[in-house]
Amino acid sequence: MTIQEIQDEIIDEFALFDNKEDRYGYIIELGKKLAPYPEAYRTDDFLIKGCQSKVWIKPEIQNGNLVFYGDSDSTLVKGIVSLLLRVLSGQPAREIAAADLYFIDRIGMRQMLSMNRSNGLAAMVKQLKLYALAYTSTDTPN
Amino acid sequence: MLDITSIRQDFPILQQEVNGKPLIYFDNAATSQKPRQVIDALTHYYAAINANVHRGIHFLAEKATEAFENTREAVAKMINAPSKEQIIFTRGTTESINLVAASYGRTFIGEGDEIIVSTMEHHSNIVPWQMLCQEKNAVLKVIPINDAGELLMDEYLKMLSPRTKLVAVMHVSNALGTVNPVAEIIRLAHEQGAKVLIDGAQAAPHYRIDVQALDVDFYAFSAHKMYGPTGMGILYGKRELLEAMPPYMGGGEMIKEVSFKGTTYNEIPYKFEAGTPNIGDAVAMKAAIDYMQSIGQEAIAKHEQDLLTYATDAVATIPGIRLIGTAHQKASVLSFLIDGVHPLDLGMMLDAKGIAVRTGSHCAMPLMERLGIDGTVRASFAVYNTEAEIDTFAKELRKAAETLR
Repeated sequence: MTIQEIQDEIIDEFALFDNKEDRYGYIIELGKKLAPYPEAYRTDDFLIKGCQSKVWIKPEIQNGNLVFYGDSDSTLVKGIVSLLLRVLSGQPAREIAAADLYFIDRIGMRQMLSMNRSNGLAAMVKQLKLYALAYTSTDTPN
Repeated sequence: MLDITSIRQDFPILQQEVNGKPLIYFDNAATSQKPRQVIDALTHYYAAINANVHRGIHFLAEKATEAFENTREAVAKMINAPSKEQIIFTRGTTESINLVAASYGRTFIGEGDEIIVSTMEHHSNIVPWQMLCQEKNAVLKVIPINDAGELLMDEYLKMLSPRTKLVAVMHVSNALGTVNPVAEIIRLAHEQGAKVLIDGAQAAPHYRIDVQALDVDFYAFSAHKMYGPTGMGILYGKRELLEAMPPYMGGGEMIKEVSFKGTTYNEIPYKFEAGTPNIGDAVAMKAAIDYMQSIGQEAIAKHEQDLLTYATDAVATIPGIRLIGTAHQKASVLSFLIDGVHPLDLGMMLDAKGIAVRTGSHCAMPLMERLGIDGTVRASFAVYNTEAEIDTFAKELRKAAETLR
Protein backbone atom coordinates (compact mmCIF):
# COMPACT_ATOMS: atom_id res chain seq x y z
CA MET A 1 0.00 0.00 0.00
CA THR A 2 1.14 3.55 -0.68
CA ILE A 3 1.54 6.22 1.99
CA GLN A 4 -1.69 7.79 0.81
CA GLU A 5 -3.65 4.52 0.86
CA ILE A 6 -2.53 3.74 4.41
CA GLN A 7 -3.47 7.24 5.56
CA ASP A 8 -6.94 6.89 4.03
CA GLU A 9 -7.35 3.52 5.75
CA ILE A 10 -6.48 5.06 9.13
CA ILE A 11 -8.92 7.93 8.54
CA ASP A 12 -11.67 5.34 7.83
CA GLU A 13 -10.82 3.44 11.02
CA PHE A 14 -11.05 6.56 13.15
CA ALA A 15 -14.32 7.59 11.53
CA LEU A 16 -15.96 4.82 13.58
CA PHE A 17 -15.34 6.69 16.82
CA ASP A 18 -17.62 9.55 17.72
CA ASN A 19 -15.83 10.74 20.83
CA LYS A 20 -12.39 11.54 22.11
CA GLU A 21 -12.43 8.85 24.77
CA ASP A 22 -12.94 6.05 22.24
CA ARG A 23 -10.28 7.50 19.93
CA TYR A 24 -7.86 7.59 22.86
CA GLY A 25 -8.81 4.04 23.80
CA TYR A 26 -7.96 2.86 20.29
CA ILE A 27 -4.66 4.77 20.27
CA ILE A 28 -3.75 3.21 23.64
CA GLU A 29 -4.38 -0.26 22.21
CA LEU A 30 -2.18 0.55 19.20
CA GLY A 31 0.54 1.74 21.53
CA LYS A 32 0.42 -1.43 23.55
CA LYS A 33 0.66 -3.51 20.37
CA LEU A 34 3.66 -1.69 18.89
CA ALA A 35 6.57 -4.01 18.11
CA PRO A 36 9.14 -3.94 20.92
CA TYR A 37 11.88 -1.36 20.53
CA PRO A 38 15.44 -2.73 20.37
CA GLU A 39 16.90 -1.83 23.78
CA ALA A 40 20.39 -1.30 22.32
CA TYR A 41 19.06 1.81 20.59
CA ARG A 42 17.41 3.39 23.64
CA THR A 43 20.10 6.08 23.63
CA ASP A 44 20.16 9.85 23.33
CA ASP A 45 21.16 9.50 19.65
CA PHE A 46 17.66 8.25 18.87
CA LEU A 47 15.76 10.33 21.43
CA ILE A 48 13.31 13.08 20.50
CA LYS A 49 12.49 15.09 23.59
CA GLY A 50 9.01 16.53 23.56
CA CYS A 51 7.59 18.85 26.20
CA GLN A 52 6.42 16.08 28.50
CA SER A 53 7.26 12.75 26.95
CA LYS A 54 10.20 10.99 25.37
CA VAL A 55 10.16 9.35 21.94
CA TRP A 56 12.79 7.08 20.41
CA ILE A 57 12.96 6.54 16.65
CA LYS A 58 15.52 4.22 15.05
CA PRO A 59 15.81 3.99 11.24
CA GLU A 60 17.04 0.91 9.39
CA ILE A 61 17.47 0.01 5.73
CA GLN A 62 15.73 -3.17 4.60
CA ASN A 63 15.53 -4.16 0.90
CA GLY A 64 16.24 -0.62 -0.21
CA ASN A 65 13.43 0.82 1.90
CA LEU A 66 13.49 2.67 5.21
CA VAL A 67 12.12 0.81 8.21
CA PHE A 68 11.58 2.49 11.58
CA TYR A 69 11.42 1.25 15.15
CA GLY A 70 9.78 3.55 17.67
CA ASP A 71 8.84 3.86 21.31
CA SER A 72 7.64 6.36 23.89
CA ASP A 73 7.34 6.49 27.66
CA SER A 74 3.75 7.71 27.23
CA THR A 75 1.20 5.13 26.11
CA LEU A 76 -0.82 7.61 24.03
CA VAL A 77 2.24 9.05 22.35
CA LYS A 78 3.39 5.49 21.68
CA GLY A 79 0.08 4.91 19.91
CA ILE A 80 0.74 7.92 17.73
CA VAL A 81 4.26 6.67 17.00
CA SER A 82 2.68 3.38 15.99
CA LEU A 83 0.38 5.17 13.52
CA LEU A 84 3.23 7.18 12.02
CA LEU A 85 5.28 4.02 11.60
CA ARG A 86 2.35 2.22 10.03
CA VAL A 87 2.17 4.99 7.40
CA LEU A 88 5.88 5.51 6.76
CA SER A 89 7.87 2.45 7.79
CA GLY A 90 8.88 0.27 4.84
CA GLN A 91 8.16 2.96 2.25
CA PRO A 92 10.70 4.26 -0.27
CA ALA A 93 12.80 6.99 1.34
CA ARG A 94 11.98 9.52 -1.41
CA GLU A 95 8.28 9.18 -0.71
CA ILE A 96 8.73 9.45 3.04
CA ALA A 97 10.69 12.66 2.57
CA ALA A 98 7.97 14.13 0.36
CA ALA A 99 4.96 12.74 2.24
CA ASP A 100 2.08 15.02 3.12
CA LEU A 101 0.83 13.54 6.40
CA TYR A 102 -2.74 14.80 6.20
CA PHE A 103 -4.14 11.97 8.34
CA ILE A 104 -2.83 13.64 11.52
CA ASP A 105 -5.34 16.45 11.20
CA ARG A 106 -8.13 14.25 9.87
CA ILE A 107 -8.17 11.98 12.91
CA GLY A 108 -7.98 14.93 15.31
CA MET A 109 -4.49 14.06 16.39
CA ARG A 110 -3.03 17.54 16.14
CA GLN A 111 -5.78 18.87 18.34
CA MET A 112 -5.34 15.87 20.61
CA LEU A 113 -1.73 16.70 21.20
CA SER A 114 -2.80 20.33 21.72
CA MET A 115 -0.79 23.36 20.72
CA ASN A 116 1.87 23.23 23.39
CA ARG A 117 2.58 19.58 22.86
CA SER A 118 2.31 19.41 19.09
CA ASN A 119 5.94 20.49 18.92
CA GLY A 120 6.62 16.94 20.11
CA LEU A 121 4.52 15.54 17.27
CA ALA A 122 6.02 17.97 14.76
CA ALA A 123 9.52 17.05 15.92
CA MET A 124 8.70 13.38 15.43
CA VAL A 125 7.51 13.89 11.85
CA LYS A 126 10.48 16.14 11.12
CA GLN A 127 12.90 13.51 12.41
CA LEU A 128 11.32 10.74 10.31
CA LYS A 129 11.61 12.93 7.20
CA LEU A 130 15.18 13.91 8.02
CA TYR A 131 16.17 10.25 8.16
CA ALA A 132 14.50 9.76 4.78
CA LEU A 133 16.23 12.81 3.30
CA ALA A 134 19.59 11.69 4.63
CA TYR A 135 19.04 8.32 3.03
CA THR A 136 17.86 9.67 -0.35
CA SER A 137 20.87 11.97 -0.59
CA THR A 138 23.21 8.98 -0.29
CA ASP A 139 20.99 6.83 -2.45
CA THR A 140 22.08 6.68 -6.11
CA PRO A 141 19.14 5.77 -8.37
CA ASN A 142 19.71 3.00 -10.97
CA MET B 1 -21.31 27.65 54.69
CA LEU B 2 -20.86 29.04 51.20
CA ASP B 3 -23.57 28.58 48.62
CA ILE B 4 -21.34 27.08 45.92
CA THR B 5 -24.27 26.50 43.54
CA SER B 6 -24.96 30.21 43.41
CA ILE B 7 -21.23 31.06 43.25
CA ARG B 8 -20.91 28.76 40.22
CA GLN B 9 -23.66 30.73 38.51
CA ASP B 10 -21.32 33.73 38.53
CA PHE B 11 -18.85 31.94 36.22
CA PRO B 12 -20.18 31.69 32.64
CA ILE B 13 -17.32 29.45 31.49
CA LEU B 14 -18.26 26.73 33.98
CA GLN B 15 -21.65 26.26 32.34
CA GLN B 16 -20.20 24.59 29.24
CA GLU B 17 -19.59 21.01 28.19
CA VAL B 18 -16.16 19.77 27.12
CA ASN B 19 -15.97 16.60 25.03
CA GLY B 20 -19.65 16.03 25.77
CA LYS B 21 -19.21 16.22 29.56
CA PRO B 22 -19.79 19.07 32.00
CA LEU B 23 -16.50 20.94 32.37
CA ILE B 24 -14.63 20.19 35.57
CA TYR B 25 -11.93 22.83 35.87
CA PHE B 26 -9.10 21.75 38.16
CA ASP B 27 -6.32 23.87 36.68
CA ASN B 28 -6.79 26.86 38.96
CA ALA B 29 -3.15 27.13 39.97
CA ALA B 30 -2.38 27.92 36.32
CA THR B 31 -5.18 30.47 36.05
CA SER B 32 -8.58 30.72 37.69
CA GLN B 33 -11.82 31.41 35.86
CA LYS B 34 -13.45 34.84 35.91
CA PRO B 35 -16.84 35.74 37.38
CA ARG B 36 -19.41 37.72 35.40
CA GLN B 37 -18.62 40.74 37.62
CA VAL B 38 -15.05 40.86 36.27
CA ILE B 39 -16.09 40.26 32.65
CA ASP B 40 -18.74 42.98 32.99
CA ALA B 41 -16.19 45.39 34.45
CA LEU B 42 -13.97 44.83 31.41
CA THR B 43 -16.84 45.31 28.99
CA HIS B 44 -18.04 48.40 30.84
CA TYR B 45 -14.58 49.91 30.79
CA TYR B 46 -14.29 49.62 27.02
CA ALA B 47 -17.93 50.50 26.38
CA ALA B 48 -18.13 53.52 28.65
CA ILE B 49 -14.91 54.94 30.07
CA ASN B 50 -11.93 54.00 27.91
CA ALA B 51 -9.33 56.79 27.75
CA ASN B 52 -5.64 57.09 28.41
CA VAL B 53 -4.81 57.78 32.03
CA HIS B 54 -3.06 60.59 33.90
CA ARG B 55 -2.48 62.87 30.92
CA GLY B 56 -5.87 63.81 29.60
CA ILE B 57 -7.80 66.87 30.69
CA HIS B 58 -11.12 65.62 29.34
CA PHE B 59 -14.00 63.94 31.09
CA LEU B 60 -13.23 60.33 30.08
CA ALA B 61 -9.53 60.63 30.90
CA GLU B 62 -10.48 61.68 34.38
CA LYS B 63 -12.96 58.82 34.76
CA ALA B 64 -10.49 56.22 33.48
CA THR B 65 -7.74 57.58 35.74
CA GLU B 66 -10.04 57.43 38.73
CA ALA B 67 -11.06 53.82 38.00
CA PHE B 68 -7.43 52.86 37.41
CA GLU B 69 -6.24 54.42 40.66
CA ASN B 70 -9.18 52.91 42.57
CA THR B 71 -7.68 49.51 41.89
CA ARG B 72 -4.36 50.62 43.32
CA GLU B 73 -6.22 51.75 46.42
CA ALA B 74 -8.12 48.46 46.66
CA VAL B 75 -4.95 46.37 46.28
CA ALA B 76 -3.18 48.46 48.94
CA LYS B 77 -6.07 47.90 51.31
CA MET B 78 -6.30 44.19 50.52
CA ILE B 79 -2.66 43.48 51.40
CA ASN B 80 -2.48 46.20 54.11
CA ALA B 81 0.17 48.28 52.36
CA PRO B 82 1.03 51.52 54.15
CA SER B 83 0.29 53.59 51.04
CA LYS B 84 -1.08 53.13 47.54
CA GLU B 85 2.13 54.50 45.98
CA GLN B 86 3.81 51.27 47.04
CA ILE B 87 1.58 49.27 44.69
CA ILE B 88 3.20 49.00 41.26
CA PHE B 89 1.24 47.64 38.33
CA THR B 90 3.06 45.11 36.17
CA ARG B 91 2.11 42.45 33.60
CA GLY B 92 2.23 39.71 36.20
CA THR B 93 4.26 38.05 38.94
CA THR B 94 7.05 37.25 36.47
CA GLU B 95 7.44 40.87 35.48
CA SER B 96 7.27 41.97 39.13
CA ILE B 97 10.20 39.69 39.98
CA ASN B 98 12.14 40.76 36.89
CA LEU B 99 11.59 44.40 37.85
CA VAL B 100 13.18 43.81 41.26
CA ALA B 101 16.02 41.78 39.76
CA ALA B 102 16.77 44.40 37.10
CA SER B 103 16.28 47.54 39.17
CA TYR B 104 17.07 46.66 42.79
CA GLY B 105 19.40 43.83 41.87
CA ARG B 106 21.59 45.68 39.40
CA THR B 107 21.93 48.63 41.78
CA PHE B 108 22.42 46.98 45.15
CA ILE B 109 23.89 43.54 44.42
CA GLY B 110 27.54 43.21 43.52
CA GLU B 111 30.37 40.75 43.14
CA GLY B 112 30.49 38.06 45.83
CA ASP B 113 27.08 38.99 47.24
CA GLU B 114 24.70 36.11 47.83
CA ILE B 115 21.10 35.59 46.77
CA ILE B 116 19.10 32.74 48.29
CA VAL B 117 16.24 30.96 46.53
CA SER B 118 14.67 27.56 47.28
CA THR B 119 14.62 24.22 45.47
CA MET B 120 10.86 24.43 44.96
CA GLU B 121 10.82 27.80 43.17
CA HIS B 122 8.96 28.38 39.93
CA HIS B 123 11.33 29.20 37.05
CA SER B 124 10.14 32.82 37.30
CA ASN B 125 11.80 33.09 40.69
CA ILE B 126 15.00 31.35 39.61
CA VAL B 127 16.00 32.57 36.16
CA PRO B 128 15.96 36.36 36.84
CA TRP B 129 18.32 35.77 39.79
CA GLN B 130 20.54 33.48 37.76
CA MET B 131 20.80 36.19 35.11
CA LEU B 132 21.63 38.78 37.76
CA CYS B 133 24.25 36.57 39.41
CA GLN B 134 25.86 35.94 36.06
CA GLU B 135 25.98 39.65 35.29
CA LYS B 136 27.28 40.69 38.72
CA ASN B 137 29.40 37.68 39.65
CA ALA B 138 27.11 37.16 42.61
CA VAL B 139 26.36 33.75 44.12
CA LEU B 140 23.04 31.93 44.01
CA LYS B 141 22.35 29.62 46.95
CA VAL B 142 19.49 27.15 47.15
CA ILE B 143 17.53 26.12 50.24
CA PRO B 144 17.07 22.33 50.15
CA ILE B 145 13.79 20.55 50.91
CA ASN B 146 12.76 17.30 52.57
CA ASP B 147 10.89 14.50 50.76
CA ALA B 148 7.53 15.91 51.86
CA GLY B 149 8.31 19.11 50.02
CA GLU B 150 9.07 21.35 52.98
CA LEU B 151 11.97 23.79 53.26
CA LEU B 152 14.81 22.70 55.53
CA MET B 153 14.82 25.76 57.75
CA ASP B 154 17.97 24.70 59.63
CA GLU B 155 19.86 24.64 56.34
CA TYR B 156 18.42 28.05 55.45
CA LEU B 157 19.61 29.43 58.76
CA LYS B 158 23.12 28.08 58.08
CA MET B 159 23.17 29.72 54.64
CA LEU B 160 22.33 33.17 55.90
CA SER B 161 25.27 35.47 56.53
CA PRO B 162 26.17 39.15 56.19
CA ARG B 163 26.95 38.28 52.55
CA THR B 164 23.27 37.48 51.94
CA LYS B 165 21.76 40.46 50.14
CA LEU B 166 18.44 39.02 49.04
CA VAL B 167 16.19 36.04 49.73
CA ALA B 168 13.59 35.20 47.07
CA VAL B 169 11.12 32.47 48.05
CA MET B 170 7.61 31.48 47.08
CA HIS B 171 4.80 31.80 49.62
CA VAL B 172 2.93 28.74 48.32
CA SER B 173 4.33 26.10 45.95
CA ASN B 174 2.49 25.81 42.63
CA ALA B 175 3.71 22.25 42.11
CA LEU B 176 3.28 20.80 45.62
CA GLY B 177 0.92 23.12 47.46
CA THR B 178 3.41 23.59 50.32
CA VAL B 179 2.77 26.74 52.36
CA ASN B 180 6.16 28.10 53.34
CA PRO B 181 6.85 29.77 56.73
CA VAL B 182 7.43 33.16 55.09
CA ALA B 183 7.18 35.22 58.29
CA GLU B 184 10.06 33.26 59.77
CA ILE B 185 12.02 33.34 56.49
CA ILE B 186 11.70 37.13 56.45
CA ARG B 187 12.59 37.56 60.14
CA LEU B 188 15.73 35.45 59.84
CA ALA B 189 16.86 37.23 56.66
CA HIS B 190 16.36 40.63 58.26
CA GLU B 191 18.58 39.60 61.18
CA GLN B 192 21.42 39.38 58.64
CA GLY B 193 20.45 42.62 56.94
CA ALA B 194 19.13 40.86 53.81
CA LYS B 195 16.04 41.94 51.89
CA VAL B 196 13.26 39.49 51.05
CA LEU B 197 11.08 39.10 47.97
CA ILE B 198 8.09 36.78 48.29
CA ASP B 199 6.51 35.28 45.17
CA GLY B 200 2.88 35.29 46.22
CA ALA B 201 1.31 34.16 42.94
CA GLN B 202 -0.15 31.02 44.56
CA ALA B 203 -0.87 32.60 47.96
CA ALA B 204 -2.86 35.73 47.11
CA PRO B 205 -5.82 33.74 45.70
CA HIS B 206 -6.19 31.75 48.93
CA TYR B 207 -5.02 33.78 51.90
CA ARG B 208 -5.28 37.24 53.31
CA ILE B 209 -1.84 38.81 52.86
CA ASP B 210 -0.64 41.45 55.31
CA VAL B 211 2.61 42.93 54.03
CA GLN B 212 3.14 45.01 57.16
CA ALA B 213 2.63 42.10 59.55
CA LEU B 214 5.04 40.05 57.41
CA ASP B 215 7.45 43.00 57.25
CA VAL B 216 8.22 41.82 53.71
CA ASP B 217 10.40 43.99 51.46
CA PHE B 218 8.85 42.95 48.13
CA TYR B 219 5.69 40.95 47.46
CA ALA B 220 4.66 39.90 43.93
CA PHE B 221 1.41 38.39 42.65
CA SER B 222 -0.96 38.23 39.65
CA ALA B 223 -4.61 39.10 39.13
CA HIS B 224 -5.33 36.16 36.83
CA LYS B 225 -4.89 33.54 39.54
CA MET B 226 -7.37 35.32 41.80
CA TYR B 227 -10.46 35.52 39.56
CA GLY B 228 -9.11 38.61 37.80
CA PRO B 229 -7.96 39.38 34.26
CA THR B 230 -4.71 38.23 32.65
CA GLY B 231 -1.81 40.59 32.00
CA MET B 232 -2.20 42.33 35.34
CA GLY B 233 0.37 41.90 38.08
CA ILE B 234 1.29 43.61 41.33
CA LEU B 235 4.58 44.45 42.92
CA TYR B 236 4.45 45.74 46.48
CA GLY B 237 7.67 47.19 47.86
CA LYS B 238 8.82 49.08 50.90
CA ARG B 239 8.84 52.79 50.18
CA GLU B 240 12.51 53.45 50.92
CA LEU B 241 13.53 50.60 48.61
CA LEU B 242 11.28 51.65 45.75
CA GLU B 243 12.48 55.23 46.07
CA ALA B 244 16.12 54.18 46.02
CA MET B 245 15.66 51.98 42.94
CA PRO B 246 16.28 53.30 39.42
CA PRO B 247 13.53 52.98 36.78
CA TYR B 248 13.07 49.61 35.11
CA MET B 249 11.98 50.89 31.71
CA GLY B 250 12.18 54.29 30.09
CA GLY B 251 9.24 55.93 28.37
CA GLY B 252 6.18 58.00 29.01
CA GLU B 253 4.66 58.35 32.48
CA MET B 254 7.88 57.48 34.30
CA ILE B 255 9.45 60.92 33.80
CA LYS B 256 9.14 64.38 35.31
CA GLU B 257 11.04 66.28 32.65
CA VAL B 258 12.91 65.14 29.58
CA SER B 259 15.57 67.11 27.78
CA PHE B 260 18.68 66.08 25.89
CA LYS B 261 20.74 67.56 28.71
CA GLY B 262 19.21 65.14 31.15
CA THR B 263 15.96 63.64 32.36
CA THR B 264 14.35 63.57 35.79
CA TYR B 265 12.17 60.69 36.85
CA ASN B 266 8.67 60.63 38.22
CA GLU B 267 7.77 59.53 41.75
CA ILE B 268 6.71 56.03 42.73
CA PRO B 269 4.71 54.15 41.54
CA TYR B 270 4.79 55.96 38.16
CA LYS B 271 8.56 55.77 37.96
CA PHE B 272 8.08 52.04 37.30
CA GLU B 273 5.10 52.29 34.98
CA ALA B 274 6.50 53.44 31.63
CA GLY B 275 4.10 53.58 28.70
CA THR B 276 0.35 53.23 28.52
CA PRO B 277 -0.57 50.75 31.22
CA ASN B 278 -3.01 47.86 30.98
CA ILE B 279 -5.88 50.12 32.03
CA GLY B 280 -8.82 47.88 31.22
CA ASP B 281 -7.44 44.89 33.10
CA ALA B 282 -6.36 47.08 36.01
CA VAL B 283 -9.90 48.40 36.31
CA ALA B 284 -11.33 44.88 36.11
CA MET B 285 -8.94 43.67 38.80
CA LYS B 286 -10.85 45.74 41.33
CA ALA B 287 -14.00 43.80 40.44
CA ALA B 288 -12.10 40.59 41.23
CA ILE B 289 -10.96 41.92 44.60
CA ASP B 290 -14.50 43.08 45.38
CA TYR B 291 -15.80 39.67 44.36
CA MET B 292 -13.39 37.78 46.63
CA GLN B 293 -14.18 40.09 49.51
CA SER B 294 -17.92 39.78 48.99
CA ILE B 295 -17.56 36.02 49.51
CA GLY B 296 -14.94 36.47 52.22
CA GLN B 297 -11.30 35.44 51.89
CA GLU B 298 -11.45 33.27 55.02
CA ALA B 299 -14.54 31.46 53.72
CA ILE B 300 -12.83 30.83 50.37
CA ALA B 301 -9.71 29.49 52.12
CA LYS B 302 -11.78 27.20 54.31
CA HIS B 303 -13.78 25.79 51.38
CA GLU B 304 -10.58 25.12 49.43
CA GLN B 305 -8.95 23.41 52.41
CA ASP B 306 -12.04 21.20 52.77
CA LEU B 307 -11.81 20.32 49.07
CA LEU B 308 -8.12 19.43 49.43
CA THR B 309 -8.85 17.13 52.39
CA TYR B 310 -11.75 15.55 50.52
CA ALA B 311 -9.69 15.05 47.33
CA THR B 312 -6.74 13.61 49.24
CA ASP B 313 -9.07 10.99 50.76
CA ALA B 314 -10.89 10.38 47.47
CA VAL B 315 -7.75 9.36 45.56
CA ALA B 316 -6.05 7.56 48.45
CA THR B 317 -7.40 4.13 47.49
CA ILE B 318 -6.38 4.28 43.80
CA PRO B 319 -3.82 1.51 43.30
CA GLY B 320 -0.27 2.79 42.88
CA ILE B 321 -1.06 6.43 43.64
CA ARG B 322 1.69 8.51 45.19
CA LEU B 323 1.08 12.04 46.40
CA ILE B 324 3.89 14.43 45.49
CA GLY B 325 4.03 17.07 48.20
CA THR B 326 2.81 15.96 51.59
CA ALA B 327 3.73 19.06 53.56
CA HIS B 328 2.08 19.63 56.90
CA GLN B 329 0.74 22.96 55.64
CA LYS B 330 -0.73 22.80 52.14
CA ALA B 331 -2.85 25.00 49.90
CA SER B 332 -5.45 23.50 47.55
CA VAL B 333 -3.04 21.72 45.22
CA LEU B 334 -3.10 17.94 44.76
CA SER B 335 -0.01 16.75 42.89
CA PHE B 336 0.41 13.02 42.31
CA LEU B 337 1.72 10.17 40.21
CA ILE B 338 0.33 6.70 39.57
CA ASP B 339 2.90 3.92 39.30
CA GLY B 340 3.43 2.64 35.79
CA VAL B 341 1.33 5.35 34.15
CA HIS B 342 2.68 8.47 32.42
CA PRO B 343 1.19 11.70 33.83
CA LEU B 344 0.62 13.01 30.29
CA ASP B 345 -1.60 10.00 29.52
CA LEU B 346 -3.65 10.55 32.68
CA GLY B 347 -4.08 14.22 31.82
CA MET B 348 -5.26 13.43 28.29
CA MET B 349 -7.64 10.70 29.47
CA LEU B 350 -9.16 13.06 32.05
CA ASP B 351 -9.49 15.74 29.35
CA ALA B 352 -11.49 13.29 27.25
CA LYS B 353 -13.94 13.30 30.18
CA GLY B 354 -14.07 17.09 30.37
CA ILE B 355 -11.73 17.30 33.37
CA ALA B 356 -8.97 19.91 33.10
CA VAL B 357 -5.82 19.17 35.08
CA ARG B 358 -2.20 20.15 34.53
CA THR B 359 0.59 17.68 33.81
CA GLY B 360 4.34 18.08 33.55
CA SER B 361 7.02 19.82 35.54
CA HIS B 362 4.88 22.89 36.38
CA CYS B 363 7.77 25.24 35.51
CA ALA B 364 9.74 23.83 38.43
CA MET B 365 12.33 21.56 36.81
CA PRO B 366 14.90 21.81 39.64
CA LEU B 367 12.20 20.66 42.06
CA MET B 368 11.31 17.70 39.83
CA GLU B 369 15.01 16.81 39.61
CA ARG B 370 15.29 16.91 43.42
CA LEU B 371 12.25 14.62 43.73
CA GLY B 372 13.64 12.31 41.04
CA ILE B 373 10.62 12.59 38.76
CA ASP B 374 9.88 14.14 35.36
CA GLY B 375 6.57 15.65 36.34
CA THR B 376 3.25 15.10 38.06
CA VAL B 377 -0.48 15.33 37.48
CA ARG B 378 -1.80 18.37 39.31
CA ALA B 379 -5.37 19.10 40.31
CA SER B 380 -5.83 22.53 41.90
CA PHE B 381 -9.06 23.83 43.40
CA ALA B 382 -10.85 27.16 43.60
CA VAL B 383 -13.95 28.50 45.35
CA TYR B 384 -16.34 27.21 42.65
CA ASN B 385 -15.19 23.58 42.79
CA THR B 386 -17.29 20.95 44.53
CA GLU B 387 -17.01 17.58 46.23
CA ALA B 388 -19.21 16.11 43.49
CA GLU B 389 -16.61 17.20 40.90
CA ILE B 390 -13.90 15.54 42.98
CA ASP B 391 -15.96 12.31 43.08
CA THR B 392 -16.16 12.31 39.27
CA PHE B 393 -12.46 13.12 39.00
CA ALA B 394 -11.46 10.28 41.35
CA LYS B 395 -13.69 7.82 39.52
CA GLU B 396 -12.34 8.78 36.07
CA LEU B 397 -8.77 8.81 37.34
CA ARG B 398 -9.13 5.27 38.64
CA LYS B 399 -10.62 4.19 35.31
CA ALA B 400 -7.94 5.92 33.25
CA ALA B 401 -5.17 4.28 35.25
CA GLU B 402 -6.72 0.85 34.66
CA THR B 403 -7.07 1.48 30.91
CA LEU B 404 -3.48 2.66 30.62
CA ARG B 405 -1.81 -0.09 32.61
